[in-house]
Amino acid sequence: MSMPIPKIPIGKWIEQLIDWLIENFSFITKSISNVTETGIDGFIDILMFFPPWIMIIIFTALAWVITKDRRIGIFTVFGLLLIWNLGLWGATMTTLALVLVSTLISISLGIPLGIFAALYNSFYRIIMPILDFMQTMPAFVYLIPAIPFFGLGAVSAAFATVIFAMPPAIRLTTLGIRQVPIELIEAADAFGSTKLQKLIKVQLPIATPTLMAGVNQTIMLSLSMVVIAAMIGAKGLGSEVWTAIQRFKPGMGFEAGLGVVVIAIILDRITQGMSKKTEKQN
Amino acid sequence: MPKIKVENLTKVFGPNPKRAFPLLEKGLSKDEILEKTKLAVGVGGVSFEVNQGEILVVMGLSGSGKSTLIRCLNRLIEPTSGKILIDGEDITNISLDQLLELRRKKFGMVFQRFALFPHKTVQQNAEYGLEIQGVERNIRAKKAREALELVGLKGWESNYPDQLSGGMQQRVGLARALAIDPDILLMDEAFSALDPLIKREMQDELLALQSRVQKTIVFITHDLDEAIKLGDRIVLMKDGKVVQEGTPEEILTNPATKYVEKFVENVDMSKVLTARTVMKKSGNVAYPKDGPRTVLHKMQEAGISSIFVVNKENRVQGVVLAENAAEAIKRGEKDLTNIIETDIKIVEPETPVHDLFPLMTDIRYPLAVVDDDRKLLGVIVRGSILAGLAGGGN
Repeated sequence: MSMPIPKIPIGKWIEQLIDWLIENFSFITKSISNVTETGIDGFIDILMFFPPWIMIIIFTALAWVITKDRRIGIFTVFGLLLIWNLGLWGATMTTLALVLVSTLISISLGIPLGIFAALYNSFYRIIMPILDFMQTMPAFVYLIPAIPFFGLGAVSAAFATVIFAMPPAIRLTTLGIRQVPIELIEAADAFGSTKLQKLIKVQLPIATPTLMAGVNQTIMLSLSMVVIAAMIGAKGLGSEVWTAIQRFKPGMGFEAGLGVVVIAIILDRITQGMSKKTEKQN
Repeated sequence: MPKIKVENLTKVFGPNPKRAFPLLEKGLSKDEILEKTKLAVGVGGVSFEVNQGEILVVMGLSGSGKSTLIRCLNRLIEPTSGKILIDGEDITNISLDQLLELRRKKFGMVFQRFALFPHKTVQQNAEYGLEIQGVERNIRAKKAREALELVGLKGWESNYPDQLSGGMQQRVGLARALAIDPDILLMDEAFSALDPLIKREMQDELLALQSRVQKTIVFITHDLDEAIKLGDRIVLMKDGKVVQEGTPEEILTNPATKYVEKFVENVDMSKVLTARTVMKKSGNVAYPKDGPRTVLHKMQEAGISSIFVVNKENRVQGVVLAENAAEAIKRGEKDLTNIIETDIKIVEPETPVHDLFPLMTDIRYPLAVVDDDRKLLGVIVRGSILAGLAGGGN
């Protein structure tokens, strides 16, 4: 049963807004799209340049060196070998490239925004509800308008992923800086630090562990979104899952899902290892 | 010209703080003003002066406005009205650049909870002030090392603050402030977070240090014992106002208001405590065979200005003052006969603390606590009595 007062045409307004944006700004977004696409393709090319066994050695070495944990090294070897064995190597590298590019964009936007929000209360008050909105709106919704701006494929996927994955980078950067004890801020001020000196020499170093936790969150969210983004034509593990759904092939879906799990665990442990390292330095 | 001169300084927290002024002028209390205007008066019209080389202790309980006051001096908190003259120049309306310059060159600040940077080593912490001034790396490293040596932290440079005890951390805090060679040291409850033994040690060291560096120090505390021990003068605050200002003696003997009286008279558990409970067991004694040089050395080692002379049975023979020992050395004397004062005041361990005060007023050395055989049990300085009273005995 519908309400006696007429429906508020929110959907229509949004569509009009998007139409207007497309008409006036799609030339910008298209060029962004080209740049990003080149970036993602470049990344995939690099990851695919070496045969899998060399990449497996490189990843394992990285994981081991960063985490200093032999078990994670071992997990990396066998996890990646499994992926290779299942014939998912190409898809996995595509997904990884997309995750890395999205994360890079999210962090390079998110950390400065987070710093800004931490330092300027008015900006904080504006951005926090926006972040709430970004995080609670179902992620699929971003996929729809992404297409007219960025076209089908990887860039739209990256766009939606960035929107979805950036909030924790902003939030935790802000949190990390705001958590710096007031007496340390006072100490920095008492010795005559400028705002920038205070930020670089005191606030950011002390906030780093929290900031790294934000980076970790961003990577994890990117990974989950990149899979969903298969619906708008992003290649990789997600598209394997998507195909499996459409053709009702539970085995195929499970295999691809397993690949995502392996990548998630490796990335998570590596970034956690990095944030522990910075914590120790503190 | 006084080094620091504060004129009618007022800090009111809250929107549109000047609303509180007429009420303050009428003499309303902090609580009344809060009730009427929702404004919190931190400091309500405080004036005082600090001379070059002087330690001024601002004392008060929590909520008295003392922490706000000290933060107004370097404008970590912006005063609402009033003047702060440093070397005769009003700093309440200088530009931000001038303010940074002033903080960098003139003020060193030491904090209650140390406020060391956890990600920097002891050395890097001590360098901080110089680092932000853009002092060249070698010079600042050298100055920081000197400051650390001054506070007795040589050899700890590459440690991180969390590897140090509280007392040592505060030494780093002190070194960080001293490294920039400021004219003025602002010490905000600098020793309040330390346990009593370490606290006393740090107080002694601050005094020793001060006799060498002669800074102008504003020291905040809530501890009367500390105020009396450190202060050349004491400003006593309550509810954002000064209730009494004077030398420790003046405040102890002539409390200006009931409030001060209560502070001082806290003291009157003094009838319960005895000399034994407040005395310090002194390991530092001289012997009749010692020469002036040895005796002076012992005093310097222990950081004391007088020393008791005991014979082999530990019986008290007399006392030697550091200045007399120094004179004797100049005169080339080899023994203590000319400088030992034998007519000294001694007390029994069971003497109530209450009866010690009159004995202590006109002597320049501690009281000796002796047993029936005149054997030295311990010594009592004024500070230890007050510490004993504050802590209910050691």
